[in-house]
Amino acid sequence: MSASTGLRAERVGRAAGGRLILDGVDITPPPGATVGLLGPNGSGKSTLLRILAGLLAPDTGVVTLDGDPLAGLGRRTVARRIAVVDQHAVTQVDLSVLDVVRLGRIPHRRAWSAPDRADEEAVTDALRRTGLADRAAQSWHTLSGGERQRVQIARALAQQPRELLLDEPTNHLDIQHQLELLALVAELPLTSVIALHDLNLAAMFCDRITVMKAGRVVAGGTPAEVITEELIEDVYGVRAVVTPDGPDGRPSVRFLPRR
Amino acid sequence: MSGGHPTVKAREVSGGSPTVERPTEVRRVGAPVQALIWTGGLLLLLLSVAVAVTIGPARISVPDVWSAVASHLGFGASELSPIRDGIIWNLRMPRTLLAAVCGAGLAVCGTVMQSLLRNPLADPFVLGVSSGASTGAVVVVVLGVGGGAVSLSAGAFAGAICSFALVMLLSHTLGATTDRVVLSGVAAMQLFSALTSFVVMTSADAEQTRGVLFWLLGSLSGVGWSEVALCTAVLAGCLVVCLAHARTLDAFAFGQDAAAALGVNVARTRIVLLCTTALLTAALVSSAGAIGFVGLVLPHAARALTGSGHRRLLPVTALAGAVFLVWVDTLARTVLDPQEVPVGVVTALIGVPAFVLVLYRTRSTS
Repeated sequence: MSASTGLRAERVGRAAGGRLILDGVDITPPPGATVGLLGPNGSGKSTLLRILAGLLAPDTGVVTLDGDPLAGLGRRTVARRIAVVDQHAVTQVDLSVLDVVRLGRIPHRRAWSAPDRADEEAVTDALRRTGLADRAAQSWHTLSGGERQRVQIARALAQQPRELLLDEPTNHLDIQHQLELLALVAELPLTSVIALHDLNLAAMFCDRITVMKAGRVVAGGTPAEVITEELIEDVYGVRAVVTPDGPDGRPSVRFLPRR
Repeated sequence: MSGGHPTVKAREVSGGSPTVERPTEVRRVGAPVQALIWTGGLLLLLLSVAVAVTIGPARISVPDVWSAVASHLGFGASELSPIRDGIIWNLRMPRTLLAAVCGAGLAVCGTVMQSLLRNPLADPFVLGVSSGASTGAVVVVVLGVGGGAVSLSAGAFAGAICSFALVMLLSHTLGATTDRVVLSGVAAMQLFSALTSFVVMTSADAEQTRGVLFWLLGSLSGVGWSEVALCTAVLAGCLVVCLAHARTLDAFAFGQDAAAALGVNVARTRIVLLCTTALLTAALVSSAGAIGFVGLVLPHAARALTGSGHRRLLPVTALAGAVFLVWVDTLARTVLDPQEVPVGVVTALIGVPAFVLVLYRTRSTS
């Protein structure tokens, strides 16, 4: 196996209920890049993210972290490198913003130890980077959807990961919060893989785009290379006009009604 | 009762000072408050036990209690009559201590279950442990299985473990998700309740039925030092296991996937904690019956007091449960004197309004 840095999935496959959900998927997010994962519902984006996070074992193929198979690393080790943000975090527990962000330190701590200075610094830093420093005491249950997702990203940052995996994190948010959240993620100096539905937002914020269809990767490259009228027609079965009118000449998608 | 203060003061000076000094080295606000809750809770528990032992038909003072305890622990001779000494040392003391142990254990089990299963309605009996125990008990008492060689407690313990094993087997077969565990528990509870009723209806006489019913509702009458020793040992062991998993339990706040993403071995944690709480619950139920409501309500009350971090929550829940059950049992054995009310009835009568109050106070946050 060639030595590589960062996260890498090779020929990853996974079946459930007799159906192939992932079929020989290769993905190597370039270190530090924001990679958008596109594809219709059921194309395997969530499953791929769960496998990349080590939450699900692939039936075939292998996921490696700096060349080491993820399966042999131990959960705590993986959780100190890879953080996950889901599309919708739900809890019944009465937690403050600070409580939630502190959860990110769990993989760094031993069973009986009290939080040390490194823990507190990581938490403070995470709150500052997400603009939540003055919200630390606020109750989770009084936050809006957008604020909750920001807190989850702060929790992920407190894990001090080098890889951040986000599964449709903007799904339940209004457009202002979608833009805010994606701008935040894109600015982070982490390798991020982010499953998205909105092609324009993906084109705006991602360095690279990987497109999936029926469990396979069908396209990969920069937004300009990938987001084309032909691809949208092929993957989503939808007609669209793509123009280079986005920020910095990135593709901009306008959908057309059915013929 | 006024004589109680010297004892308490002595404790405060000897045992309290290290805790009081701690605020100088704390990192977070609220730690002095935590230390206060801790010291206050321990003192309250000691005081509660000392005072609860004095309450009853025979008039006994706190210094009497102290003198009896001191003499039995080998510090000086007691000036009490053998009868008074016996009432304190052989009747009221073990009973009060077992109340404290049961209260602490059930409250801790309830907290762990609620966090692990992410269900605010979970309690120590949600996995069918108490129903299994009752079936085991009636099989021994009513059907006479074991021919008198097996005690009610042993039968109840065996029943509890059987029921728990069945739940684990069922939930494992059904896919081992959180809701499958809860559903398997509900199924086992129904099954064993039906078996218990069947045995009682077909085979028991009125006297036996009354005895079984009394035990089912939870009763601390007639317990001795052997039960106290056994339950204390199990409680201590299980508390250590639960406290070692305190951080892990915090990680379950957003579900088991989120916990796994934080580096928690979810399957192993669940097995370890379910087995630990089942063992503790089985030990407590087979000694004192199925005392309801403590494990459901006290965790919610303790959370309102300390927040939801388990490092603080578990010890405070244990203390709150202990103090609560000491007083509830005192009430249960005195309120209709000379008749005794099953302590489980009193916990429910007090617990329901308390539960409503806690839910009412926290309604805005959820």
